[in-house]
Amino acid sequence: MKVADIVTHCGKLFDDLSFSAVKDWKAAVPGRKAVGYMPVYVPRELIHAAGMLPVGIFGGGDQLEVIQGDAYYQSYICRIPRSTIELGLTGRLDVLDGMLFPSICDVIRNLSGMWQILFKDKYVRYFDVPQNYQDAVGGEFYVNELKVLRDDLAKLAGRPVTDDDLRKSISIYNENRRAIDALYEYRAQKPWQAPTAEVYLVLRAGLVLPVEEHTKLVREYIAAADASPRAKRDNARVVLTGAFCEQPPLGLIKSIEMAGCYIVDDDFMLCFRWLIGDVPLEGDPLVNLSGAFLHRSAATASKYDEKKADKGRPLVESVKHYGAEGVIFAAPSFCDPALLERPMLQGVLAKHKIPYTAFKYAENTGQMAPIREQAGTFADSIKLWSAA
Amino acid sequence: MSTQPVNAAALGGAKPKAPVQKEDAMWLQKEMINANYAELASAHQTGRKVSATFVPGNLNELLMCFDFARSLPETNALQNGMRKKSGKMIMDAEREGHSEDVCTYVKADLGMMMGGKGPTGDPLPTPDVLLLSYTGCFTFMKWFELIRQKYDCETVMLHVPYQGDGHINKNMRDYVVKQIKENVIPTLERVSGVKFDIDRLRGYMRESAKSEENLVRVLQSAKHRPSPIDGYFGAVYYIGPIFTAFRGMPEATKYYDALWHEVSERMRLGKGPITPDGEMADEQYRLVVEGPPNWTSFRDFWKMFSDEGAVVVASTYAKVGGVYDFGFRHDPEHPIESLAEYCLGCYTNLNFPQRIDMICKYIDEYQADGLLINSIKSCNSFSAGQLLILREVEKRTGKPAAFIETDLVDPRYFSAANVKNRLESYFQMVKAKRVAAAAH
Ligand code: SF4
Ligand code: SF4
Repeated sequence: MKVADIVTHCGKLFDDLSFSAVKDWKAAVPGRKAVGYMPVYVPRELIHAAGMLPVGIFGGGDQLEVIQGDAYYQSYICRIPRSTIELGLTGRLDVLDGMLFPSICDVIRNLSGMWQILFKDKYVRYFDVPQNYQDAVGGEFYVNELKVLRDDLAKLAGRPVTDDDLRKSISIYNENRRAIDALYEYRAQKPWQAPTAEVYLVLRAGLVLPVEEHTKLVREYIAAADASPRAKRDNARVVLTGAFCEQPPLGLIKSIEMAGCYIVDDDFMLCFRWLIGDVPLEGDPLVNLSGAFLHRSAATASKYDEKKADKGRPLVESVKHYGAEGVIFAAPSFCDPALLERPMLQGVLAKHKIPYTAFKYAENTGQMAPIREQAGTFADSIKLWSAA
Repeated sequence: MSTQPVNAAALGGAKPKAPVQKEDAMWLQKEMINANYAELASAHQTGRKVSATFVPGNLNELLMCFDFARSLPETNALQNGMRKKSGKMIMDAEREGHSEDVCTYVKADLGMMMGGKGPTGDPLPTPDVLLLSYTGCFTFMKWFELIRQKYDCETVMLHVPYQGDGHINKNMRDYVVKQIKENVIPTLERVSGVKFDIDRLRGYMRESAKSEENLVRVLQSAKHRPSPIDGYFGAVYYIGPIFTAFRGMPEATKYYDALWHEVSERMRLGKGPITPDGEMADEQYRLVVEGPPNWTSFRDFWKMFSDEGAVVVASTYAKVGGVYDFGFRHDPEHPIESLAEYCLGCYTNLNFPQRIDMICKYIDEYQADGLLINSIKSCNSFSAGQLLILREVEKRTGKPAAFIETDLVDPRYFSAANVKNRLESYFQMVKAKRVAAAAH
């Protein structure tokens, strides 16, 4: 496939707020089930091992008209819960047989209980993860939580989920993680060949496609992107951080690029990159998933940093690893986790003399001009900085 | 957090309007709180270490075992709010780069620390240890990380899982117990230099349970008509000692004895609650309130109720530091397990169906006319989804519910005229419902 075809395909999946891809997948084999999840992380391996399709629900974007959802939230709450409720109340999520609400913030935590009330016939679970990273303490708690989830999903699927099923799924997700890592590496090497507006769509496709298909798609995109040379621009290389939950509109990502920034790392769909490296296949699969979570997982605002020295280290490492020249803090308005984390990260960047800029957005932000201007000024200042 | 401890002295605010009426127990409380701030101010000179921990799920009895002088950041923030000092502190924190969107308790605290002085004007030393009791609010984690980042304080995390399924299970309890034993106690021993003595802990917990018993009696006295207490505005005084640095101290036991004595006497005499403007004579409306109060205009806010003869008979806010009225007591026979249970059970750690059940139960048992939600801009933990609570409670009880919006300690978000208008139309609605019910 050509790049344009892949991107068009992904764009269609992205625009489709009625989740036809999920419906088609279910319809292909009678009895198939799908389970939704919100940001920031759930172990999709468990859903997959139960023979079900994990479906990422990342808000309604800028195309969904939110009418009912607004009646559930005050003006000072971010957008994603209201658009998610809108998706639910308008029947667009009927295709899901269950919903998982990860431990990310009080808004999504509370949404889990609202979902229990509003959608009584669905399986709903708040998925807690440990903030203590010792195997015998947080690890034991987490393994038990994973067992409950596995048993619940087995019940929903109507069949047991064995350790071998899980190992197989872990191995398939390891493949997906490798492909996504390769995509990030490729983009960082040749950002002009793989613009983030495209990479973003390719990633988003992973929210609704079966993982095996997504892995293939990611690999195909890298190959296709590399096959058709594009013009290299003198852009500033930036890491974008803070967008791990409510997503910015695609237009915003495009605006940043058009303003002269190459995004070389980001935290858009952290779920896919949460576990770092392969999860081992030998031994108890739940213990392995737990070990990966405790010791080899992404840093983000909803996760505790055990030591002061840990704060911001992964961000600085990302800047170095991907060869970035600056950081853009892009956070959803009213997002306590991202906005409270921000000054701490900025402090660390300042110590390392890494330039940054910051702005807020909403998933339905329409006015791109101010952001384009800000990103442009930032890109110019980086160039001046590096020339100095 | 959404939490309280208020001191009676603060009620007067910066510009006292009229002499403020206080129950006798309030004077006791005032002494305790002032003594605590004095202790904190001199702690480092007297060789004592200072701890800071959040109100919900606070392990006060445990901290006492290590001789810490104890500071509670939400209490400091609200005390500063009542003294009209928080506005500047919040703006100072915003000038330092904190977003206007985030919880104002955090910013008031950071702003206060920049100034180095506590609410009473005495110095408030930087804590030697931050006990991050991570219960019922995600912001807590960021809050203490922010303090650690700036002041380099030793920090110990106590992660308390959320009751997503509406109950506490063994896995959750074991996890909290293990953290207390393996992380919290060793850290507190190291920082304080005091060895842990479980019998000392049991002793404090015995005192706690006595106070808890009396607190529940006081809160439940509101089931009587007329209610001898206000279960929201008044209750912030009643929960003050027990939700903070005093639970487990003999002084707190004495306070709750005195308080119960006063309240039971008022009940016997058929008297209404004491408000800052005097005794409320005529109980017109009985309400249940969900959500924390506003602190910067606390007295004006209360007056909008008391002027209309509206008494709050029960509030969820009075449960943020422990849901004692549903039976929980600190248990000296199983001290660590009981501390875990306490942390897991605080109001904001309950899921939505539990919160709604609780409110419906209050409306029924306290024979309330309806529900009022004070939605706090700062507090996602309380506020996200409250409009669904409103609908569900209306649906289940058939009683009218109303919604107002304010903030905890940011004076920019308290619009007296709006709140008053809303309340007036709400009271009209309650009256109309009553007339309609009587006609049937
Ligand atoms: S955008 Fe931020 S505040 Fe809103 S649900 Fe997501 S993490 Fe929570
Ligand atoms: S968000 Fe609410 S519970 Fe959390 S610290 Fe702020 S006021 Fe307290």
